[in-house]
Order: sequence, then C-alpha cells, then structure tokens
Amino acid sequence: MSKTMCILVVDDFATMRKIIKNILNQLEYKNIVDAEDGTAALDILNKRPVDFIISDWNMPKMTGIDFLRAVRGDKKFAHLPFIMVTAEGLQENIIEAVQAGVSQYVVKPFSPATLEEKINKCLGAG
Amino acid sequence: MSVEIAKAFMTATIEVLSTMAMITPKAGKPFVKKDNAASGDVTGLIGLTGDKTGTVSVTFTQKCALSVVKSMLGDDIQDVIQDTKDMVGEITNMISGKARQILAGDGLTMQAATPSVIMGKNHTVHHVSSEPIMAIPFTTDHGEFSVEFCFE
Repeated sequence: MSKTMCILVVDDFATMRKIIKNILNQLEYKNIVDAEDGTAALDILNKRPVDFIISDWNMPKMTGIDFLRAVRGDKKFAHLPFIMVTAEGLQENIIEAVQAGVSQYVVKPFSPATLEEKINKCLGAG
Repeated sequence: MSVEIAKAFMTATIEVLSTMAMITPKAGKPFVKKDNAASGDVTGLIGLTGDKTGTVSVTFTQKCALSVVKSMLGDDIQDVIQDTKDMVGEITNMISGKARQILAGDGLTMQAATPSVIMGKNHTVHHVSSEPIMAIPFTTDHGEFSVEFCFE
C-alpha cells in the first residue's frame, strides 16, 4: 500500500500520539488521523475511510483490546491491519491480543525502526 | 527481592529514556527515603497490584522534564504544561510496564492502573504502603530525576 494510506493513531496520551505521528511523518506517511480512546476511534472509522490502525491498550472509556475486538467484529473494518503499541509486555497480554486478532504487537519503549518494521510486516513488505 | 525490584526499575528507566528521548541517564545508589517530599517539580504516580501491591513514582526537576519533552516532541510542543504532564505520565507508564515485564521473568506478575501526575514546587508524594520507600536517583546532562517504589 502506498504512503498515502490513512493511518488512525489511538492513544489517550496526546504526547504519545504526537510521537507516533512524528515517526510516521519521518517514514513519509502523511495522512494521519488520531483519537484519544476506542470510542472516539470507532466514531472516526464510521465517518471516514481508514486503511491502518495503531492503538494503545490502556485507555479510558474503551480500551485498546475492546477496540480491537470491535474492529474485528465489524465486517466493514475487520480486514484492517491493527498494531497494538502498549506498555503491557506480559506474555498473557500478547496472547490475549493475538487471540483478539491483532496484526502486530509493539511494546513501549520502541524505536522508529521497530514501528517501521511492524508496519512493513502488516503490509507484507517485511 | 527488593534488590531485584530495584534492578528492574533501573534497567527499565534507562531503556525508556534512552529509547524514547535519546537521553541516557546514570543511576545513582538506591536509598531508603525518610519523608514524602518530592525531589523535583513534576511527578508521575502509578499503582500496581498482583503478586505485590504498591506504588511507583517518577519525579523530574522542571529543567530535566522540559529537556525530555523537547527530546521526545522536537518542535511539536504546543502547550508546554500539558505536554510535560502528559510526557511524565507516559514515561511513568512505560517504566512501570518495562519493569513489570522484567519482574515477570522472576515470577512476579503485577498489573498497573492508569498513572496520575502531580505538578508544583515542594509537592509531596504519598505511597500507599507503610513499607519503606526505595528511591533511585538518576542524573542526566539535562538535570536530575528519581524513581521511587514502595511495595507491601
């Protein structure tokens, strides 16, 4: 997929959304929208086309894992690549995310190279 | 076990700051803290439950916090107070997460709550346990910060 794909970044911390957006800009992805929790992210998905999702796990209102389950449970969005970027690095968390249908899993802290590698794997280029 | 916990928080802190902010902190000698006074101007505080229950805090001096924000966001700082508050909360969350990942390898599993952030000169940090508070001081080229933990 080209660098023009629309990436939805979901994190309750504005700083982390900015960091991820800055990394994506460095990787020449310019078409980025963001949301502060799963509920706001679902709202965006229902309003505009999105090609790729990068989401945190721990968020108020709707957590990342509940958001992932909602995405995978909706035929309109179930096909979307979904990367979970989270501080939750326990084995049980990773297994839960995989069972819920996550495409790739990134444990914070992470480098731009790690995020790029995971995006490329989702796009079949890694 | 407190030695293993201190080592986990030291390793986690250095990895988080060096990966996310390109700042490599130097850890000082851990010590038992005698009071609730914060050793800086902004503190992230997070509660942990599981095999152990307690709290972890990360306190930055204003100078150090601003340097970390600048390193992490570059020119993208819009509201310095909100960005600093957010950054300290996120750094605390990441240090807690990485330390919990390391400690899980030693058979100690814990879950974290959402971090809260306290700002202001001469603020205090109240850890929930009455057990001794372990503090690890860190120095950087941009100022000091400290990591504290207290578990029952």
